[in-house]
Amino acid sequence: MIEIENLSKRFTLHNQGGAVIEVMTGARLTVRPGECVALTGRSGAGKSTLMRMIYGNYLAAGGAIRIGGLDVARATPREIIRLRRETLGYVSQFLRVVPRVPTRTIVAEPLLALGVDAGTAHARAEALLAMLNIPEALWTLSPTTFSGGEQQRVNIARGFAHPYPALLLDEPTASLDPANREVVLRLIEEAKARGAAIAGIFHDEAARQRLCDREIDVTAFAPARAA
Amino acid sequence: MTDAAYNFAYLDEATKRMIRRALLKGLAIPGYQVPFASREMPMPYGWGTGGVQVTAACLTPGDTLKVIDQGADDTTNAVSIRKFFERTAGVATTERTAGASVIQTRHRIPEKPLTEGQILVYQVPIPEPLRFLEPRESETRRMHALEEYGLMHVKLYEDVARHGAIATSYAYPVRVEGRYVMDPSPIPKFDNPKLSGMAAIQLFGAGREQRVYALPPYSRVVSLDFEDHPFEPTKADHDCDLCGASASYLDEVITDDAGGRMFVCSDTDYCAGRRAAGQRGRLAPEGEA
Amino acid sequence: MTAFDRTLTASADAPLLSVQDLTKRYGRRIGCERVSFDLWPGEVLGIVGESGSGKSTLLGCLAGHLAADEGQILYRGHDILAMSEPERRLLSRTEWAFVHQNPRDGLRMGVSAGGNVGERLMAIGARNYGAIRNAASDWLTKVEIDPGRIDDRPRAFSGGMQQRLQIARNLVTAPRLVFMDEPTGGLDVSVQARLLDLLRGLVRDMGLSVVIVTHDLAVARLLADRLMVMKDGRVIETGLTDQVLDDPQAAYTQLLVSSVLQV
Repeated sequence: MIEIENLSKRFTLHNQGGAVIEVMTGARLTVRPGECVALTGRSGAGKSTLMRMIYGNYLAAGGAIRIGGLDVARATPREIIRLRRETLGYVSQFLRVVPRVPTRTIVAEPLLALGVDAGTAHARAEALLAMLNIPEALWTLSPTTFSGGEQQRVNIARGFAHPYPALLLDEPTASLDPANREVVLRLIEEAKARGAAIAGIFHDEAARQRLCDREIDVTAFAPARAA
Repeated sequence: MTDAAYNFAYLDEATKRMIRRALLKGLAIPGYQVPFASREMPMPYGWGTGGVQVTAACLTPGDTLKVIDQGADDTTNAVSIRKFFERTAGVATTERTAGASVIQTRHRIPEKPLTEGQILVYQVPIPEPLRFLEPRESETRRMHALEEYGLMHVKLYEDVARHGAIATSYAYPVRVEGRYVMDPSPIPKFDNPKLSGMAAIQLFGAGREQRVYALPPYSRVVSLDFEDHPFEPTKADHDCDLCGASASYLDEVITDDAGGRMFVCSDTDYCAGRRAAGQRGRLAPEGEA
Repeated sequence: MTAFDRTLTASADAPLLSVQDLTKRYGRRIGCERVSFDLWPGEVLGIVGESGSGKSTLLGCLAGHLAADEGQILYRGHDILAMSEPERRLLSRTEWAFVHQNPRDGLRMGVSAGGNVGERLMAIGARNYGAIRNAASDWLTKVEIDPGRIDDRPRAFSGGMQQRLQIARNLVTAPRLVFMDEPTGGLDVSVQARLLDLLRGLVRDMGLSVVIVTHDLAVARLLADRLMVMKDGRVIETGLTDQVLDDPQAAYTQLLVSSVLQV
């Protein structure tokens, strides 16, 4: 489902003397449907960079990122928008939303964007919010004022609203209490069971052990630095 | 008696030719406002300078002229314009609608249907019906050119929204031959139906605004409205107190300080004609007829 | 709009708007130069750049407010620049809409809210007062203005309400393509958020295609699918909105993004 070959990334800092920083080279990775792969490596090794490249958020310098037949490294913005809408979900650590929009609508948005009718979309959103123990009184409020843990759970609910065939998870269990952590782990297991291909960053070692079929250490993709 | 110091009908021949050209263009494009080089006339703007220039351009020595103001032949404005042409053109004048070949009018159409061969000249203060909603002349001209008349209905919409009905009661906008939207001059909307299918030529002159426009005989003229708020030609719900006419446009006249009032035909010739034929209203003086 | 509907079948999966090498000069000064892009149905394209970057000139050329000097604009396959003025103006009040930064430029301040919304309907032949009023009332509700204020004039409205009224007035004929010039400029931050939310919902529910000019990168991030970065009349960089903002490639874009407080 997700196939990465010979992927490289560099940043050119035009406003800092045109410095070119090579951050990744020769990255390869395959995630099959129903498989969960953990990206590991020390902080700064490039886990987030790789995730962002898979999502199309960072431009690849070279190589290929094939997701369900589309090469994200070469795709047009329009193709990536469609991929994100239909195929590839992303649960990031940060919630970025229009300030006033109610939580329920934020969670339902991925479904609304797919043309699911509002009733069905909101029902699904409410089920997820309830499952993740967001008090019903908060559903009609904007999550911008929520605690970090609550925001994280809203983000997860949103990421699981639509059954994406491929999922990227960035620390999905960080800042969660044990009960909610368990709910999230089950959601991920269910996604695996229905055949989703999942790549993620899990600092939560127990979670990683329970969910992941393989680990990929991205340190291996770091370019050799000239001393 | 003609004052020999003036050219026939006051204006010089070149000016009259210029105005006639504008009028012919107006007749060729019914409802379209034709710019013309309006002259200074020996009367203030607002007193019929546009109508007077059109009349001057139309008059021939054999014409018989009638001038009415609000339907009456005997008001100051009507009397002075009539005198103006008696003096400068020496044409015959009349107060009888049927006897006139050219009728200059302010704010009314005579009750008696006009016939082929007659010319009705309107005095127009503001020829642009879109003016109050769109102040830019460049834009209103473009709107006419492109038939963008949504704005005209916005005005009617505002009327209904504010008053529950189309409250415009005079200068009620019309569409000419399905093309140009036209201001019929401040005639009461009661007169609007007479604009359509009229046998006489109708000419409109706006002196200050320097525009003439025209309706050739038998033009189709439709008053704008909404399906659910149709156009209604209204008048005071009375009969004429002098001649008893039930279907003519009435003026309300206050007769004393105690609230006494009467309704009389605004068209004085029509009213007089009915009374001469023996028709009598509620307050008609004894011994008349 | 039969002239346009006839070609509809052929354009089901084609760009709604296709711009090629659009150039506008003001004498020897460049307004915008050789701008090309495609806009697809349902897509929101953000044009960002500093004042004087040519983004408003470009928008003006696209919407037909300014005459382009060179280039081509195809709307559903029709060459806009070759169109007669009546055709183009008909488009502007049916399939297109333009939301001005200052609502006073897009509203008739002397006409009631209902009249403002109803004007486009009347312009395309609506002649039933009740139906026009109902449509206006519906649209006021959609843009979160109390329909009880339908007979109030825009002067009596706050800036945010005026802007929402302008949007209602524009969208009442269900256009396909909306041009927006800094629609949230000049509004308080909280009012901006409400407007952004409203616009996002309308874009999604009506399947609108939008070209939005803004200098506010936060607005661009929340509304636009794709971004076009302009400088000195030229397009410097284009791409997916979050990619352009998070991984800008051009020196100018990097500077632009880094000069903004966290977006």
